[in-house]
Amino acid sequence: MSTRIPLPYTPRVLELFRNPKNVGPMEDADIVESAGSPACGDMIRLYIKVTTRDCEELVERATFESYGCAANIAAASILTELVVGKSMRDAWSISWKNVADELGGLPPIKYHCSILAVGALKRAIRSYYKKVGKRPDWLPEELTQEERQTLEEERMLEKLYSGYTIKVPLPRGGGNEATRP
Amino acid sequence: MDNENSGYVPKEVVEEMIPYFNTIGYGHPSITHKLGWEAYEAIYRAKEALTQVLNARNLGEFALVHSGTEANNLAVLGHALANRGRGGKIVVSAIEHLSVIYPAEEAEKIFGFRVVRVPVDSEGFVDPEVLKEFVDNNTSLVSIQMVNHEIGTVQKISELSKVVKETNPRAVFHTDAADAFGKIPIDLKKLEHVDMVTLSSHKIHGPRGVGVLFIREGVKVEPVLKGQLSYEKLWPGVENVPLIAGFRKAVELAYRDFDLNVAKMREARDLLVRGVLEKVSDVLVNGPLDFSMRSPDNANLSFLYVEGEALTVELSINGVYVSSGSACTSRILEPSHVLLAIGRKHEEAHGSILFKTSRYHTREDIEYTLEVLPKAVDRLRGISTIKK
Repeated sequence: MSTRIPLPYTPRVLELFRNPKNVGPMEDADIVESAGSPACGDMIRLYIKVTTRDCEELVERATFESYGCAANIAAASILTELVVGKSMRDAWSISWKNVADELGGLPPIKYHCSILAVGALKRAIRSYYKKVGKRPDWLPEELTQEERQTLEEERMLEKLYSGYTIKVPLPRGGGNEATRP
Repeated sequence: MDNENSGYVPKEVVEEMIPYFNTIGYGHPSITHKLGWEAYEAIYRAKEALTQVLNARNLGEFALVHSGTEANNLAVLGHALANRGRGGKIVVSAIEHLSVIYPAEEAEKIFGFRVVRVPVDSEGFVDPEVLKEFVDNNTSLVSIQMVNHEIGTVQKISELSKVVKETNPRAVFHTDAADAFGKIPIDLKKLEHVDMVTLSSHKIHGPRGVGVLFIREGVKVEPVLKGQLSYEKLWPGVENVPLIAGFRKAVELAYRDFDLNVAKMREARDLLVRGVLEKVSDVLVNGPLDFSMRSPDNANLSFLYVEGEALTVELSINGVYVSSGSACTSRILEPSHVLLAIGRKHEEAHGSILFKTSRYHTREDIEYTLEVLPKAVDRLRGISTIKK
């Protein structure tokens, strides 16, 4: 088959792929956000339950579903572990590199899995504040690297595979389900 | 079960190779001393074996290279070099191996040929009537696989090559038979309209590193690489004699009990496909549904709602080795061009798994696979964002 090259996964990636944590939908989730698409062959859906303690919003629980490769599953799994108990602000500051490092590293071709997972998280956080009608000062207008790359992947692959050009423009100042292509 | 990408090399073949490293024939095959003669003899015997099993006219019609990819490059670019300045069309099917498609695109860029891709139907067949439409007086080369490497479609090469020659007798017809070799009978005398044929050692349990291009006498091809020629006149450099000796042994083993070997692959494949379809829901069979028109070793199945790379990793952990047409297993993040060409949607291609059975698979191997595979699919479907 074309350019099939074995990809070395770390033991941590394989372990989380085999025994992922926090799998499945969450009925009482405050936010449900996805990144990627079935056409990309790479899709993550995050479910997050938020709680407020001492006037601070914390991630109480997080679960995921994944349609994707082993790295995609492992990245989503570790991300749910990383965010639980964190304030929304600290959760926002998690980068794709943090996720990759927690996995003991990823092959370069799989960096996008980590980017997609964090892209889904950032979308989820934006979507939460949109829902509750608040705008914390630490939440930037501008899209982060992970959000931009997630959008690029969705747009590029959809364009490449579906044979049509996407007419919906990039959302300004943050993606949500309504405006994303 | 990943014999598509590379396979098991039996003991007899390994033992055949070892003496050629340091005991006999470790000389240069075109130098006149004992070790050189022995090396020459090993190459000669390999070509002789090919001449015999494939019913060729003489052994000078075979060029030995180092892979099927090199053989396809030699066929396409070697033809383009020999016919440069004349332009013309290179006609390939949409599901050719990339080692045909990419050299054809190079021939377009460098030598001014025009590449035309013939569409295939939903099972991968090239319709002779459709091919006829694509061939004209300006057609220089036509390349259509005998057996598709991913979906196992067995083309009617005899008929397709006849159509080409009837339309344009000067057009050269090449077929990549790497996946047909050892699986369906190839008779070069009967395939009178076929000018060039690609074969590969590792597809018949020979060592990786030997490819063959059959070039019918009178067909013009120029070397693609330049350098000191040895025995081989179309590929410079010293031949890899130990591997060639092993390849000869692999040819002998594949053809000694050809029908029995094929029956074993077929039996294992049929058992596998039947079992999977019984035990797993939402599975698509990619390629011909009429298994008599499909290579006896090939099963290509799409498991909906799961991504193929994850499934290959899961199966690998359980000791079952397969490959996938998913974008995630490739470096370029594009799904298999073959599956897209037969009209599979992207998510169907992403969930595809390619199995290739061999004469070495036992009933127990298949039963074990049938035990592990449904569990793997179930687990990944349980995690998936896409549900039925």
